[in-house]
Amino acid sequence: MSERLPILRIGENLLVSIQVDLDDQTVLNLQDDLADQVVKHGARGVVIDITAAEIVDSFVGRMLATIASISRLLDAETVVVGMRPAVAITLVELGLSLGGVRTALNLEQGLAILAERSTARTAQA
Amino acid sequence: MAENAADHLLEVMTGRREELAAGWIDVVSRTLAARVSQAELDRELHELYGAITEALKSGSLDPGEESWTEVRALLVELSRNRARQGFSPAETAVSVFALKAGLERLLDEGSTADAAAYLALSRITDALGMFTVDSYTATREQIISSQAEELLELSTPVVKLWDGVIGVPLVGTLDSARTQVVMEKLLQALVDTGSSRAIIDITGVPAVDTEVAQHLLKTVVAARLMGAECVVSGIRPQIAQTIVALGIEFGDIVTKATLADALRHALRGLSDAARTGAGAGGGTGIAGASGA
Repeated sequence: MSERLPILRIGENLLVSIQVDLDDQTVLNLQDDLADQVVKHGARGVVIDITAAEIVDSFVGRMLATIASISRLLDAETVVVGMRPAVAITLVELGLSLGGVRTALNLEQGLAILAERSTARTAQA
Repeated sequence: MAENAADHLLEVMTGRREELAAGWIDVVSRTLAARVSQAELDRELHELYGAITEALKSGSLDPGEESWTEVRALLVELSRNRARQGFSPAETAVSVFALKAGLERLLDEGSTADAAAYLALSRITDALGMFTVDSYTATREQIISSQAEELLELSTPVVKLWDGVIGVPLVGTLDSARTQVVMEKLLQALVDTGSSRAIIDITGVPAVDTEVAQHLLKTVVAARLMGAECVVSGIRPQIAQTIVALGIEFGDIVTKATLADALRHALRGLSDAARTGAGAGGGTGIAGASGA
């Protein structure tokens, strides 16, 4: 039985902190849950914190990109934060550049990016 | 037959212990020409002599067997010390081969048993000699690889240029191993300093070919994955010509002629981010991220 990751809501953003080694089923569950939650809360941003993840394989990497695309369809920006150097190197060696996914060094900077986008949106309106 | 030879050899070696050991030490100390202290040599060789006679007591004449473990351990230590002190392989191996010289006198007395014992010892010293050279080479290789590692560490400093901006001045040829170290140090520095801008300065890189460009691209992409923006600076005129001639595409990576230009670019990026209320800024993400 694979676990379901908790999704936290902060204002108009959703936060998922990945604390365990990801198996394929968990990632698929996360994709489902996130899509549901984004719609339910009308979220504008999704932050996926992978600070604690030591292993990100090609499947998980692709899934992060998929989650970003799904959220974008639902008008929410996805930011992946806290990627470890070793993980970044592995992904580059695997030839994955996570096209379309925004990244930030840490949670603070990730939330700052979303705040910036939100300000821009209010300015437009 | 073999056992008789072993027994006889053991008999000779224990019986004439002092004489044989003294002759052995004498030959070795003459070759090493006082570069190892007499007392140390005495201790080393006596220990080795003792270990060899112990091993012979087991009746085995094959230095690869278990009863010879002690001898092998002593030899590894001896060769390691010699390698560190800068002796040549020949000077190291002589410590083993000289043992034969002492027993050559046995041949003069001429009995068949003595001859068999000498041959047995000869085979043993040959095997031990080879083993010594092997351990010597292994130690030297270790020294070389640790030096190469130190050189790598030395040649890739990561410096903080400004709050939120780090720089990596690269000097010397870039190969895969070095790029790996540069990449790891750069990425780690990004995390440690929380910087969202990095500048790779290649002023000191003598030549850029497709491989080097590939390495640079990988580093920049890895930094982007972590949420930091990389600028490549220090591209000299000849290098720019080579890059164009080779048809290397740097894609959407920002390149600047000098470190100063790169720093200005990075600082402007930071202040833009600050003005729009994004605080410390953040990675601009991957090309195409601005869609939606």
